[in-house]
Amino acid sequence: MAETLLSVKNLKTYFYTDEGVVKAVDGLSYDLKKGETLGIVGESGCGKSVHALSVMRLIPTPPGKVVAGEILFEGKNLLHLPDEQMRRIRGNRIAMIFQEPMTSLNPVLTIGEQIAEAVILHQKLEKRPAWDRAVEMLDRVRIPLARERVRDYPHQFSGGMRQRVMIAMALSCNPSILIADEPTTALDVTIQAQIIELMHDLQQEFNMAVILITHNLGVVADMCDNVVVMYAGRPIEHADVHRIFQDPKHPYTWGLLHSVPKLYERKERLIPIEGQPPSLIDLPPGCSFAPRCPFAMEICLQEFPPDYGVGPEHTAKCYLHSEYATEEDRAAAAKAGLAASTRSGPR
Amino acid sequence: MAVTRGEIILDVRNLYKHFPISKGFIFQKQVGAVKAVDGVSFSIRQGETLGLVGESGCGKTTTGRVILRLQEPTSGEAYFEGRNLFKLSKEDLRRMRRDMQIIFQDPYSSLNPRMTVGDIVGEPLEIHNLARGKEKLRRVQELLEIVGLSPYHANRYPHEFSGGQRQRIGIARALAVNPKLIICDEPVSALDVSIQAQVLNLLEELQKEFGLTYLFIAHDLSVVKHISDRIAVMYLGRIVEVAEVDELFANPQHPYTEALLSAVPIPDPAIRRERIILPGDVPSPVNPPAGCRFHTRCLYAQESCRVNDPELVDYWGNGHAVACPILPFRHQRSKAAVVKAAS
Repeated sequence: MAETLLSVKNLKTYFYTDEGVVKAVDGLSYDLKKGETLGIVGESGCGKSVHALSVMRLIPTPPGKVVAGEILFEGKNLLHLPDEQMRRIRGNRIAMIFQEPMTSLNPVLTIGEQIAEAVILHQKLEKRPAWDRAVEMLDRVRIPLARERVRDYPHQFSGGMRQRVMIAMALSCNPSILIADEPTTALDVTIQAQIIELMHDLQQEFNMAVILITHNLGVVADMCDNVVVMYAGRPIEHADVHRIFQDPKHPYTWGLLHSVPKLYERKERLIPIEGQPPSLIDLPPGCSFAPRCPFAMEICLQEFPPDYGVGPEHTAKCYLHSEYATEEDRAAAAKAGLAASTRSGPR
Repeated sequence: MAVTRGEIILDVRNLYKHFPISKGFIFQKQVGAVKAVDGVSFSIRQGETLGLVGESGCGKTTTGRVILRLQEPTSGEAYFEGRNLFKLSKEDLRRMRRDMQIIFQDPYSSLNPRMTVGDIVGEPLEIHNLARGKEKLRRVQELLEIVGLSPYHANRYPHEFSGGQRQRIGIARALAVNPKLIICDEPVSALDVSIQAQVLNLLEELQKEFGLTYLFIAHDLSVVKHISDRIAVMYLGRIVEVAEVDELFANPQHPYTEALLSAVPIPDPAIRRERIILPGDVPSPVNPPAGCRFHTRCLYAQESCRVNDPELVDYWGNGHAVACPILPFRHQRSKAAVVKAAS
C-alpha cells in the first residue's frame, strides 16, 4: 500500500465580498498517495482551482480565507505553517502549473532565468549549475535545441512549448506533488496529446503524485487513477476512474457523462442537464444540485446529503443511496446510472 | 442532422485570403503574407451541416468570415444560391445578408454591452426593414422563446446572463431575419460541457424546424461529429480531407486526419488506443512548407512530398476526397488500433 503524501481534510475556502460570502470550496477531503494521479473534475465555478490555490496557500487574503480544514503534508498542516516554511514547500516540494501558458510566464525574463530562479531559490545552487539544470529540464520536456532556446523569451515559443516550459519549471526542483490546473485546455488537440504523453512519462521518471484539475472527461479517462467530482464547491462523488465511468452513482455525474458527445459511438441525442449551476453566494438549502436533479426527493431540498458508501472505495453525496429512497427510486437510479455509464452503448 | 438535403446552396471555389505583412516606418513595403486561407473549395447543400474542423491557425474562422465578406477575399468565388457574393454591390450584399448569418465564438464579446437584449435581437429587424414598433417587439419575444429564454429578458443587459444564455441571445439574433444559412464559428467552445449540450441540442432543433443550413466551424472533433453530416478537415489554409461523417471516422485517409482522431481523448478509461503523436508544432502560415504542407510532420512522408502540392481528389467516387500526393501508393495500413481492454 503506497504511502499517503497529502491529506486534505474538510477544506473550506470562502470569499468575503460586498454581495455576500462566496463559498468557493465547502468541505473537500481526499488522500493523495505516492505515484497516484487524482483528477478533480467539474465545471466552471465548482471550486477545483480555488482548492488548488488553497493547498498552495495562494488565496488572496482578503477577500479570500481558508475558514476550516487541514492540509497535511509530510506530517505538517500547511495551513498553519509560518510563511517562510511554506515558501520552502511551494514550488519546491509541491509545484503547480497553470492553465494559460500564455500569461503565466514572465514576459521580460528569459526561459532560462525563470527556470534557474526556482532552482537557485530552493536548491541553493550557484548561477552556472542552475543554468545547466535549466537546460537539462528543457531537454527532459523534449524541447529541441535546449541549449540555444534557454536564452529565448516566452513570446518566442508556441502555446504547447510554453506549457512544456511551465512543466520544466515545476519539475526543476523534483517535487513530490505536481498540481496541474487545466494544463491542456488552452491547447490544440494534437498538442494536448503530446503534453499528456509527456506528463505520463515524467510522472514515472520523477515518481510524482499528480493532482489534475480539469473539466475534460476524456483527459480524466486518459490520465487519472482516482476522481473527485465537484459541484458548486462540494465534492459529490469520489471513486477510482473505472468506477466513475462504468458505475457512476450521482445524478450530476450522470448528467456530465450524458452531455459529452462521444467520438466512437453511434450518434444519439445529447441529454443536457437543464438549468444553471447555482450562485455560490446564494446556495439553495439542501443539496445544491437538487433544483436541476430529475430524482430530487423531499429530503434533498432540506439538507445537504452526507457521504454514502456506494461501492468499494466509492462514495457519493446523494440520498438516492440512503434509507430515504424507495424501491422505485433506487430502481430508477440504477437505470439512469447504467444509461449514463460507459457500459451502455455499442462498442 | 438534416432530414432532407436539397440543392447546393453555397459553393466556394478557390478561396484565398492572404494578410499582408509590411515593414518600414514611413514607406511601408510588403515583405510577406500570412496565407490564412490558401486555396479552399467546398460546397454545402440546403439543409445540410458541413463541419469545418482544424487546429489553431488552419484558417477555418477566416474562411467563415470571408464568405460573409466580414473580410474581403484576396481571390476566389463564393456562390450563394447561384450568385457570386464577392461581386455583389453594397446594396445587393446587404439584402443577401438576410439569408446568411453568423454565430460567434465568444459570448462575452459578441454582444454589445450597452444594448439591451431586446435591442440586440431586434436590431437586424430594423436594419433590414422587417419589422418596427409593436411588431418588432412581438417578434423579439417570439425569438427569445424559440431559443429557450424568457420574453421578459428583453429588458436586461448582456452582463446579467451566463455564457450559455448569451450564446442563446446570439442565436436569437441570427434567427431574427429568417436566414437560410448560418455560419457557426465555434459556438460552444467557450461553454461548459453541460451547457454545450444544451446549445447543441437547440441548434439541431432549430435546423429541423426552420430548414437551416449550417457551416459549423470548430476544433472539437466530438462536437463536430455530433452535429455534422459531412466534415472538412483543414490544415494550414487548405482542406486536406472531406467526407461524410461516418465515413471519415471509419476510414480516415489523410495522415493528419488520422492523427487528429487519435489525439482526441476518449471519456472511457477502458478504451486503450495506439496514439499517433505528431512531432513538432504547426508551421507558420507565413511560410508554409513547400510541396505538401503537411510533409514536415507526416509519418509517411516521402521525397516526392516535398515537391508535390496535392489536390483534393475523390478516388472512390463517393464524396470522400483527400489531398495526399502518395495516397494511391500507400499500403493499406491498419488505422490507429482501437483495442478495448478486457473488463
